[in-house]
Amino acid sequence: MKKVITGDHAVAIGAKLCRVDVVPAYPITPQTLIIEHIADFVNDGELDTKFLTMESEHSVMSAAAAASAAGARVFTATSSQGLAFMHEMLYATAPLRLPVVMANASRTLGGPPGIWCEYNDSMGARDSGWLQLYVEDNQEALDMIIQSFRIAEDKRVLLPVMPCLDGFVLTHTVEPVEIPTQEEVDSFLGPYEPDIILDPARPAMIGTFMPAEYIMELRRQTVAAFDSAKDVIREVNSEFSKKFGRDYGGLVDTYRMDDAKVALITMGTVTSTSREVVDDLRQKGEKVGIIKLRFFRPFPSEDLRKLVSNLDALGVFDRSISYHGGGPVYNEVRSALFGMKMPVINHFAGLGGRDVTEDQIFKMFELTSRAAKGEKVKEVNWHNTRGETV
Amino acid sequence: MITIKELSDDNLFTAGHTACPGCGVAMSIRNAIRVLGKDTAVYVPASCAVVFGTTFPYGAWKVPFFHTAFENTGACLTGMQAAFEKKGKKVTVVGFAGDGGTYDIGLQSMSGAAERNEDIIYICLDNEAYMNTGIQRSGGTPFGAWTTTTPVGSNIQGNQRFKKNLGDIVVAHEIPYYATLSIGHPLDFIRKVEKAKNMKGFRFLHMFTPCIPGWKMDPAKTVEVTKRAVESGMWTLYEVENGEKKVTYKPGKMKSVKDYLNMQGRFRHMSDEDINKLQMWVCRKWNLHYHEKGAPDICEVAPPVEHHAITEEHREMHGP
Repeated sequence: MKKVITGDHAVAIGAKLCRVDVVPAYPITPQTLIIEHIADFVNDGELDTKFLTMESEHSVMSAAAAASAAGARVFTATSSQGLAFMHEMLYATAPLRLPVVMANASRTLGGPPGIWCEYNDSMGARDSGWLQLYVEDNQEALDMIIQSFRIAEDKRVLLPVMPCLDGFVLTHTVEPVEIPTQEEVDSFLGPYEPDIILDPARPAMIGTFMPAEYIMELRRQTVAAFDSAKDVIREVNSEFSKKFGRDYGGLVDTYRMDDAKVALITMGTVTSTSREVVDDLRQKGEKVGIIKLRFFRPFPSEDLRKLVSNLDALGVFDRSISYHGGGPVYNEVRSALFGMKMPVINHFAGLGGRDVTEDQIFKMFELTSRAAKGEKVKEVNWHNTRGETV
Repeated sequence: MITIKELSDDNLFTAGHTACPGCGVAMSIRNAIRVLGKDTAVYVPASCAVVFGTTFPYGAWKVPFFHTAFENTGACLTGMQAAFEKKGKKVTVVGFAGDGGTYDIGLQSMSGAAERNEDIIYICLDNEAYMNTGIQRSGGTPFGAWTTTTPVGSNIQGNQRFKKNLGDIVVAHEIPYYATLSIGHPLDFIRKVEKAKNMKGFRFLHMFTPCIPGWKMDPAKTVEVTKRAVESGMWTLYEVENGEKKVTYKPGKMKSVKDYLNMQGRFRHMSDEDINKLQMWVCRKWNLHYHEKGAPDICEVAPPVEHHAITEEHREMHGP
């Protein structure tokens, strides 16, 4: 069945279809619609879940971790300041191997305060041990909630997952979305059956005090789980595409990359706009393509190295800044491509939720193409920014 | 009601943990868990109890144990309880938080759980300072007490504020049960834990737990110190069940606060003036609590008996 719904509504429906046991909730724009929809499902008797109206995001993630440790399938959602407020608890959830799924409505993290799309909220959580992915449209938002639980609860992974959707651009914008049936989702995602939980019948201690003699092995185990997650993400993607007919490519997706000489790495909704730009440029005979970075954690270094091996230059779009200069995506990409000779050009756009228009993306391709031809181009470029000439 | 003889000893909080000899927290946990029984799951926030009871690869708990952070006892208990309820398991969900984790950094989380009337038991182990980090003042620290952040200096000596009235804050949430406990009064202790266990909704057990290094006291005197705290009025034993307050033990005659202070090095420096100030605070507390005037030979000034409204005298003691 197709429904015309917002991204937040799609996420809420996704969580409902996953039959989540516990949803601790706290409002924050632009995520609030998600928890409002879930509250409606619960109060209308459509969803049998423990909906907990917590008193802060810190308490949301605390309750989420505790409920997960006690064997529940847990979903929640947050954004920006809320994600920052629960930061401490993100670091507890992952190494304790609690497969919570939390949607993040990407929003600028103040100050100065704002409510529109920027990735500086989730980028700050990149080292917390959560898997992190960015969706392009409302359909992918819904589908990735379902896939996230499969990935998170896989015994080879057992890590929390954070699907991120662009604030307002998706959260508050309606699009037609195909809603899978409950039977389809049930057969794709079985019940959550963890081995070690808080259970008086088989007592376990979770979160014990960990001296230096043991903690490095625990860290390495978490890294190993991240490595396994790459395979699991690909497997789940391919199984999902067989069952539901929608293939998202796994860790990365590509558009017209087969014979491309110049490519742009994009994330989130900017990918859609970039597809239009690529079609235009292709008509003019330019061999351009897009690499859509879907998972930022685990970072798909191997996939990228393969994809860019025939390129003359690569552009990297960043929707947040690491204040020393480059964007977080750019820094990761440069590191992943170390030793490869092509120019890699960083493009800042859309910070604080500023619209990323086709003009800007044309400019990104133009600059990257000039670099491909050996012209000297600035390594870091700010698009549509006062006082900046690109 | 269970008697001490009938109390099972399943060693649910086992010997071999590394708490200091005479630790009031360890004694309280051990005796509480004996009453609570094996169908219990506990959350312990950052505190000595995490260090002395769970340092990997050893663990003293034989019931499910969970720990993540410091300020989130109320929230974690909420999450655990929700999961058990959803899965149809009957588990008594219990938190053991310190005074720092309850009076201060965990107050919001506790308040949230209390306001929602979560079906959990919140136990505050009150040793009147941040002991795990090495004895720093908390909102639960009494007037005059030395801590490392209220040192005995040439200008200022000890804690300048009076102990926060946590009990009234908790009770203001209109919860089913709040009680104060002392390990110096084991029958009262067992009865209250058992009562809490058999009730529903948010139950708060406030335990007075001496700390040997933090209070600078003789490890053999833990029980005696709690007894003197009660005899002097520094700690009062009562319960509030569905809004109704009941004194569960009243000392025959109020003893001087000096008897209590003298057993502990943390008060050693106190001037007569400061001791008198503390005594007056206790006198007022005593009167409010037991609805009578304090023993006149101790209380020099007849304190107000009506309510906690801010009076001139209150201002003088507490500042504006």
